[in-house]
Amino acid sequence: MAYTKRFDGRKFDEIRAMDAKVGVIERATGSAMFKMGNTIAYAAVYGPRDLFPSFLQNSTRGIIRCYYDMWSFSVTDRKRPGPTRRSTEISKVSEAALFPALRLGAFPNTTFDIYINIIQADAGTRTAGINAAALALADAGVPMEDLVCSVAVGKVGDKICVDLDKEEEDFEEGATDLPVAIMPRSGKITLLQMDGNMTPKEIKEALTMAKKAMEKVKKVQVKALRDKYKGEDKK
Amino acid sequence: MNTEIKALAEKGHRVDGRKFDELRKPIKIETGISNKAEGSAKVTWGNTIVLAGIKMNVGTPYPDSQDQGVLITGAELSPMSDPKFLPGPPGPAAIELARVIDRGVRESKMIDMKKLCVREGELVWTVFLDIYPINNDGNLIDAAALAAVAALKSAVFPKLDGDKVLFGEFTKTKIPLNLLPITCTLAKIGSKIVVDPCLEEEKDFDVRLSVAVSEKGDVHAMQKGGMVGLDISEADEMIKLAVKKSAEIRKVLK
Repeated sequence: MAYTKRFDGRKFDEIRAMDAKVGVIERATGSAMFKMGNTIAYAAVYGPRDLFPSFLQNSTRGIIRCYYDMWSFSVTDRKRPGPTRRSTEISKVSEAALFPALRLGAFPNTTFDIYINIIQADAGTRTAGINAAALALADAGVPMEDLVCSVAVGKVGDKICVDLDKEEEDFEEGATDLPVAIMPRSGKITLLQMDGNMTPKEIKEALTMAKKAMEKVKKVQVKALRDKYKGEDKK
Repeated sequence: MNTEIKALAEKGHRVDGRKFDELRKPIKIETGISNKAEGSAKVTWGNTIVLAGIKMNVGTPYPDSQDQGVLITGAELSPMSDPKFLPGPPGPAAIELARVIDRGVRESKMIDMKKLCVREGELVWTVFLDIYPINNDGNLIDAAALAAVAALKSAVFPKLDGDKVLFGEFTKTKIPLNLLPITCTLAKIGSKIVVDPCLEEEKDFDVRLSVAVSEKGDVHAMQKGGMVGLDISEADEMIKLAVKKSAEIRKVLK
């Protein structure tokens, strides 16, 4: 059975409807909410903080630590609270996705802690989490040379698609998931994972589609940042 | 120790300008914040924000309550919500929060547990109530208790196929509830009793008392915190004030 029409009626290269808000958690140094379709992620940044144990410290620059977690009620089958092997890995790749955009030379021996929590999951939680975290870092005033925009591409049946939802990920003929994060100005890929089955040619096509979709992510991110800080430059 | 809060209290003032018996504003509830949950709510209580979600499953009943459902309450002090909360398994404060919320729901008989029985002695519904603060500006107990009640009030059963839950498919049947408990926390600062302590006040109170109150004004659960003793007359005053203020909080559930 070929996948001829997307379950939710989107075009194959169409990203889900997005929404973002910056500054949603008052206690945090920076925070944001990012919504992609039915996936909702919150991110909060605290820092710069003293870093212990001290062997983790880097005397030339600050570090970041990511903590990704899905909350128990974010999925249909309750997730037991606490970290899992999956969440630990996503935390690690999210750190790697965000770090290249940051300039942390002014913060030796410190850490910026980034907490990413998913309150409603419909596939693409790591990408929504990275989009939220990039906004939270910008909101925290961390020096950045670029934003980080993330989206998953993949293959549903025989079709290359952008931003798969859960129904597509569970497609009975098989689906391939390929989450990507790109720094939009430099075009550099900072997150690249895949599971499934694709040819090198298909991957190139998918990555090209991802890069195009990223423009839309960036637009939503920039608007959310502008919405929070508009008027400030006139003061 | 921050004596400024106490000095202010003796002069009749609170750090955020409220009267001693004044709740923070706004107290707002938004339900249905996660469409994967059987029920969910977000409570904004001044600057404190707490999420609560309900997930349901079926399982075997406890040996001493063969014809009743099971309630399991969990809370995490999410590091997202406060710079002092750190990642890791729930510590004493998170466990206390979960247990205080649990007692308010359980002891008030809020949920009609007998109606959560599918087959006596064999199969009953389990209700998972999970609480996560998003922003801690003090008095997580009251905000979490309200979020818990709002989430339970909005919750519907998932579909059941034989002995299996069809996750992600919901019925229109609400969880059967008997009443709605409201928890109100008072704190003693110096010689003064204040309602709804904010974060600054929590750093410097002597005693806190959380009281879960039904619509009739009956008290169903209490929890004292703080390393200082309390006179009977003070406890009495606090409980009376909790009953009075809980009626005010209750209005937002309507």
